[in-house]
Amino acid sequence: MSAASHTETAPAALDTTRGLNVMVVGVGGQGVLMISKALALIGQRQGLQVKQSEVHGMAKRGGVVFSHVRFGAEVWSPTIARGEADVLIALEWAEGLRWLEFLRPQTGVFIADTRRIVPPFACRSRRHGAPMAYARETPAEVLDKVGEGYALDATAIARGLGESRAANTVLLGVLSASMDVSAADWLAVLETLAPPKSRAINLKAFEAGRAWADAARGDPSLSFDAGFDTHVTQADLPDVSVRHTINAAWCKGCDICVKLCPERCLALNEHQVAYLKAPQACTGCHVCEWLCPDFAIDVQTTLGT
Amino acid sequence: MNVQARPKAADDLLPLMGNEAIARGAWEAGVKVAAAYPGTPSTEILESLAQYPASDLYAEWSTNEKVALDVAIGAALSGVRAICCMKHVGLNVAADSLMSQSYIGAHAGLVLVVCDDPGIHSSQNEQDTRLFARFAGVPVLEPSDAQEAYDFTFLAFDLSEQFDTPVIVRSTTRLSHTRSVVRVGNRAAPPAKGFVDAPGKTVTIPANARRLHPKVIEREAKLAAWLETAPLTRWEKGDTTFAIVTGSTSYLYVKEVAPRASILKLGAAYPLPEATLRAFAASADRLLVVEELEPALETQIRALGLPAEGKAFFPRSGELSPELVRAGLAAAGLAEAPPEPVPLDIQPMARPPVLCAGCPHTGAFFALRGIDARVAGDIGCYTLAAVEPLRSIDTTICMGASIGNAVGMAAAGEKKPIVATIGDSTFLHSGIPPLIDAVYNKANITVVILDNAITAMTGGQDHPGTGQSLRGEPAPKADYEAICRAVGVTWIRRVDPYDVGHMYQTLREAIVHKGVSVVISERPCVLDPVRIKGTPLAVRQDGCVACQSCMNLGCPALLWSDELYEGRHKVRIDAAACIGCTLCAQVCTSDCIQPVAAA
Repeated sequence: MSAASHTETAPAALDTTRGLNVMVVGVGGQGVLMISKALALIGQRQGLQVKQSEVHGMAKRGGVVFSHVRFGAEVWSPTIARGEADVLIALEWAEGLRWLEFLRPQTGVFIADTRRIVPPFACRSRRHGAPMAYARETPAEVLDKVGEGYALDATAIARGLGESRAANTVLLGVLSASMDVSAADWLAVLETLAPPKSRAINLKAFEAGRAWADAARGDPSLSFDAGFDTHVTQADLPDVSVRHTINAAWCKGCDICVKLCPERCLALNEHQVAYLKAPQACTGCHVCEWLCPDFAIDVQTTLGT
Repeated sequence: MNVQARPKAADDLLPLMGNEAIARGAWEAGVKVAAAYPGTPSTEILESLAQYPASDLYAEWSTNEKVALDVAIGAALSGVRAICCMKHVGLNVAADSLMSQSYIGAHAGLVLVVCDDPGIHSSQNEQDTRLFARFAGVPVLEPSDAQEAYDFTFLAFDLSEQFDTPVIVRSTTRLSHTRSVVRVGNRAAPPAKGFVDAPGKTVTIPANARRLHPKVIEREAKLAAWLETAPLTRWEKGDTTFAIVTGSTSYLYVKEVAPRASILKLGAAYPLPEATLRAFAASADRLLVVEELEPALETQIRALGLPAEGKAFFPRSGELSPELVRAGLAAAGLAEAPPEPVPLDIQPMARPPVLCAGCPHTGAFFALRGIDARVAGDIGCYTLAAVEPLRSIDTTICMGASIGNAVGMAAAGEKKPIVATIGDSTFLHSGIPPLIDAVYNKANITVVILDNAITAMTGGQDHPGTGQSLRGEPAPKADYEAICRAVGVTWIRRVDPYDVGHMYQTLREAIVHKGVSVVISERPCVLDPVRIKGTPLAVRQDGCVACQSCMNLGCPALLWSDELYEGRHKVRIDAAACIGCTLCAQVCTSDCIQPVAAA
């Protein structure tokens, strides 16, 4: 069911009194915890039982961060089972995709910032034309897999307000449009959580998110950021062939190329002369050629095999 | 015996994380001395305790878990309630003290909080502390949520005093890091008892220990008898087709997926209330045990001759979840199989944790990679250097293992140069005895002490090398060079890891030195105690030849740009993430990385 196939009327609000399972996901330092705390407070203000569970440890090191927030008349498990999250809020695009299977099929609400935080891992291949190892699904494709979906550049909206770190509050504003909780409750919670210095900007970010969601709920065609570019790299380049030659007579075995080859494909032989130990690993990057003090290495790259 | 929670003067509802609830329970029970070594997921317990006034309790970061337990034991024997907190593997370090203290007992309340890490979120194994408790003959309480974490910790002190035993409160990552509302009370510190003054009890010479051991066995029986009627043991009557024995967070998953089941919730995983278990087993057609990790309950229950089923249906490794409990009940034929999830056809992207932009470890390990050494690693953020692109660590066993491992590698005749890498906090924790061993036994190894002036991995805790105490007061500062000299190391160099060339040259000199050489890599952590942010660098795109030599640092601020050179991606720098450490500029082959202002 795609967002666009929804009826003209705005989707029904989530019934919080029935209980709600919300997953908040992102990357360390994005403010996953702030959203979780806000939701927990909202639940408490409705007089419901609340459990909020997260995993610390790797959070500060660019790793995956996720938090489960559950509220209802009676809440047992601190974690949400796969396929039972009513809402998935993603502060980073690929993280939203990672946890998508936790969302309730057909009825779950998906809210994602289209901001990309590309891990070093995704830029590892040095091969000619190597694609970036980042999620390739477009918002349109993803929204097609969820009951109700919103993908927006919340970071840009927040930056426009003067503080890109308030992107999490923008997303909270988007969620608020889908929940039957009074504006007074939301404001009270934001007042509690935002430090005095950033209170004004957080309120503005919340309002901006809410306004964006109201527009998108009225017109599903607005519910995803159409300008979002998944064309992250040129992957269709012709292959390249590498010819790597070492002039053994000029090599004095200084080891510099062996030490600094990014792919570790060089080694010294029994005569202390460098040789290409793993030719299939050589990407033709020229580092050894440039660094050889004796000009003993020649790297030729030719487009097409 | 009758242990009852004290009446509470005032009630208040607070949203607390499991670890905060444990701290609150201990504070209300009147704990006077608290000690811990940081370790995920236990770290916040002592940090929360240190939020209470110094007039209420003394709190310290100890050099390691054994020291923490010894401090707590000393306090309890001196007549005040004491607590020490650690992660599961910390109990291995403290085990020597625990095994004998079990014979001695407690005098004033002595509580160990041990946080297990099922699912290995941030550890090197997922050992089950319940087995340890049984091994030591010490009762282990298993709260299932923050309210129980608070209640059980409070109760543990009374139990400890009335049964004269150390008591373990076992948490798990899921409990420690789940926040829910807790009804709390006020602090009521019992009067100090004074020193125990009973050498026949507190000095474990063989004659005394032989007398004390049977008392431990008697104590086990008394505790088991008490647990038959204690509120810790709760029989929730339900359907009689099957009955489930469970505890800890497993109880929550059972309630979630089988709300009408007949449940025996055990608040203590050791010892077990035998008569209650027999009656419970007889009350239903089948007896199931739902527990995370080891079959600790199942094995004990089967030893009673009861036909318990458990690990046949529920996994013995990893964290439990509502899905796994549901699937287990379905496999046992007691619930309908859950519907197969519809595959979404999305390949999740790998996002392993990485060293921070500007992390001083990056420079040290980049240089180390060039040495082509056999590297024994240790526990800390730098374990992340075990994977590409830094890939320069061969072994990681446990806290303080690196130097001893290196001595063994050298003794075995390993041909490559042998290097041990160990962080500052880990070195103080358990790296000094193996360094003495290496010097004494003339091992030909190089030790790199990665001094980033903080316990970084657990979120930035102080230690004896930071010059500051847990409560933020100035403290004497350990001098690593002086320590190394004092144990007989003669070749010591201090290097700034931001200078890659110097680090590389120093390591080359270190590995040719015969005997123990020590390189102290000195640079503060970029996150703690203060976040460091300098002028960011930028890549001059017309100069970049896409060699991606800088990408070998694995720095999260370095990304591919949209421009290509010979079909390979040029590199750009995320200015918001870059702290200006200049490592990438130092390894750039075309000199195109410069500070933003100059670019």
